[in-house]
Amino acid sequence: MTAGLDAFLQGTIRTATPLALAALGETMAERAGVINIGLEGSIIAGALAATIAAQHAGVGAGIVTAMLAGLAVALLFALFVVKLRADQIITGTAISMLALGATGTIYRIVYGEMGTALTVPTMPTIRIPGLASIPVIGAALFAQPVVTYAAYALVPLIAWWMYRTHAGLALRAVGESPEAAAASGIRPGLVRTLAIAADGLLGGLAGATLVLAQAGTFVEGMSAGRGFIAIAIVALGRWRPIGVAIAALVFGAASALQYAFQATGTRAPYQLFLALPYLLTLVALATARGRSIAPAALARNEEGE
Amino acid sequence: MGETLALLSDVLVRATPLALTGLAVAIAFRGGVWNIGADGQFLAGATLAAWIGVALGGTHLSLPLALLGGAGAGAVWAGIAGVLRSRFGVLEVISTIMLNFVAAFGVSYLVRGPLQEPTHVYPQTPSIGDAAQLPVLVPGTRVHAGILIALVLGVIAWWAMRHTAAGFRLRVTGANPFAARSAGLVNVERVTMRAFLLSGAFAGLAGAVEVCGVTYALYENLSPGYGYTAIAVALLAQLDPLWTLAAALLFGVLEVTAAALQREASIPSTTAAVVEAAVILAVIAVAGWRTRRVEQHA
Repeated sequence: MTAGLDAFLQGTIRTATPLALAALGETMAERAGVINIGLEGSIIAGALAATIAAQHAGVGAGIVTAMLAGLAVALLFALFVVKLRADQIITGTAISMLALGATGTIYRIVYGEMGTALTVPTMPTIRIPGLASIPVIGAALFAQPVVTYAAYALVPLIAWWMYRTHAGLALRAVGESPEAAAASGIRPGLVRTLAIAADGLLGGLAGATLVLAQAGTFVEGMSAGRGFIAIAIVALGRWRPIGVAIAALVFGAASALQYAFQATGTRAPYQLFLALPYLLTLVALATARGRSIAPAALARNEEGE
Repeated sequence: MGETLALLSDVLVRATPLALTGLAVAIAFRGGVWNIGADGQFLAGATLAAWIGVALGGTHLSLPLALLGGAGAGAVWAGIAGVLRSRFGVLEVISTIMLNFVAAFGVSYLVRGPLQEPTHVYPQTPSIGDAAQLPVLVPGTRVHAGILIALVLGVIAWWAMRHTAAGFRLRVTGANPFAARSAGLVNVERVTMRAFLLSGAFAGLAGAVEVCGVTYALYENLSPGYGYTAIAVALLAQLDPLWTLAAALLFGVLEVTAAALQREASIPSTTAAVVEAAVILAVIAVAGWRTRRVEQHA
């Protein structure tokens, strides 16, 4: 049983890592008033870029290239949303479709139709001496690849940045009212572009995590809706970094439970567990009076410059 | 000759769900409702239609009941997002995404659980009864009567949007809800709720038509993302119902051609998605460029 529990906790952290990374990026974008549905595109672009780069130049190159690929996709989104003031939702949907299609096409061109058994070097697990020996949670929390530790560090860092710095205040001001922010000398377009860029970098890193820390290979469409899940996580976490980290664990736990069921051969309706976090998010949004906790200018482009 | 006919039949079969979900998106967007949950509503409609088709498959009423039930289920699924927005202020962008996931997991559960076919081998429902199947229009092809449903509803939607008071209220609400409310023209809340329900009904009907006309059973991944492609379809049509029918046909040609090119010339079929996305981006880039020009001249 304890072996089962260990596997479950480790699985929770493992599945939660890319979700948390992507959701932290999305938190910054949404706090600037931008809902980036194109995040899915950054994740899948990151996954493919990580695969190609890591094959030729190792894990480190894979991570960097993945983040740049995620950034490139996000900047395309920013070009439409900030520069052309196109609708965020429509643009985001198109960007995700574009990236999912383009990565599929590039993958098939580079690796052939069937995608010959592709293996990519992966990140080693780093055991933190002492901490990893803590009973029950030690191994789950502290015997993980380096990206998981990066995610641990980013949570307080982004929280501090968002609530304790002028730049963070500017970000939140733009998310509540771009007009008022502009009146006080902030450039909403620039703030939003930078927030979208951060979202893309972290989305790309999430994609790299899927390949380099988990699958060890690329599969078409392997982002599997994680960009959309990240949007759910941000809402469940009430647009706050700490809350988002906890929400990512909830979603991670639901998937880990699925594997636990499958491993033990239990014929439990695991799909219902998978659906649970989404229902929980809906309930949380409804009971919290969504509009009062969501950034006021979310999904709304600024009126005039 | 036979091959051409088969390709043509594939195009029409593919265009039908795109037309109905495209209409769903066009109606919602026109009314200022950002329904990106057509995929979930499609599955809700497909699920109820499959259940009705299996349970009442022998009776003559089973086909109309399956189609109406599908539309109703889609409307209910979208209605949840409508209530969440009107009562609790939850953005429908977020709630419809959640409901897409819930619908997909729900179908995954049902086809392995309560609705699974009797041998419990395949994750799908049993076939719906003959009486619940949409008739094939051209013998020897897969072209089914669902195409006529899409055509008729597209024309009705176009006429209603242009020439009825309800259509006017929908367009006014979508164009500027604040003006519509303050001018005292429109009960914005009621119009918005109706836009949710009608949009969901179209998407749900699309799912029912797919089950009754093409697959005859419910299974996972019944929709290869129709609800998302529908956004491209509706936008290319500039949210006009008649043009939505044309755009659906165009996208049907595109996807069937892509599949054929993959077989014949090994050009990856995923290229179709790239073209579809490029179409959306081109449409909004042109629209954005136009507004900027108008603003500069004003």
